[in-house]
Amino acid sequence: MNHYETVFILNPVLSEDQIKETVKKFEDFLVSNGAKMISKENWGLKKLAYPIQHKKSGFYHLFEFTAPGELINSFEITFKRDERVMRYLTVKLDKYAIEWAEKRRNRNKEKATA
Amino acid sequence: MSTLEQQSKGKKDGEIRYLTPLNIDTSKNKKYCRFKKSGIKYIDYKDPDFLLKFVNEQGKLLPRRLTGTSLKYQRKVAVAVKRARHLALMPYVADLLK
Repeated sequence: MNHYETVFILNPVLSEDQIKETVKKFEDFLVSNGAKMISKENWGLKKLAYPIQHKKSGFYHLFEFTAPGELINSFEITFKRDERVMRYLTVKLDKYAIEWAEKRRNRNKEKATA
Repeated sequence: MSTLEQQSKGKKDGEIRYLTPLNIDTSKNKKYCRFKKSGIKYIDYKDPDFLLKFVNEQGKLLPRRLTGTSLKYQRKVAVAVKRARHLALMPYVADLLK
């Protein structure tokens, strides 16, 4: 099991329900294939630094999970097949990155409660 | 008035000599690697505001010689910037970024 992190950008024309449904779809895919979700983050609608598919903004979502390495390939294929996804990036986290991710999560939690 | 002739014929060709030492600012604060100094081990690509310190106003990566970053971390900075660009957190090309 490796530690991974995925950021993906969803099309801004989607409705809220469609977004929830899409995010749920990817999450279910991961969980049903033996991955363990660690955290989910919703960054909301963000402005893009440059237009992608003639869109100037997108919904950013972040997943952190542990999964067997073979799963990543098929996970990325589902991103490719889904036209609601404009961009995605999966990164394997090393020990320093995991440390940082934990720190970041705690900070976000504090912010949410404060 | 013989100085010019001396200069042209003399041993040291065209040497410029000043009466008072020139006031050239030679700053002594050495550049340092901010990651080594503050003990940062991982450079996050999700933080474009921080990465903005390592690019010029066109969004190009700044060389190590200007930022003082050590080679080990410069490589990590480069990877982080490239990931941020892919996710449209930072522009590939820009104008007046700063």
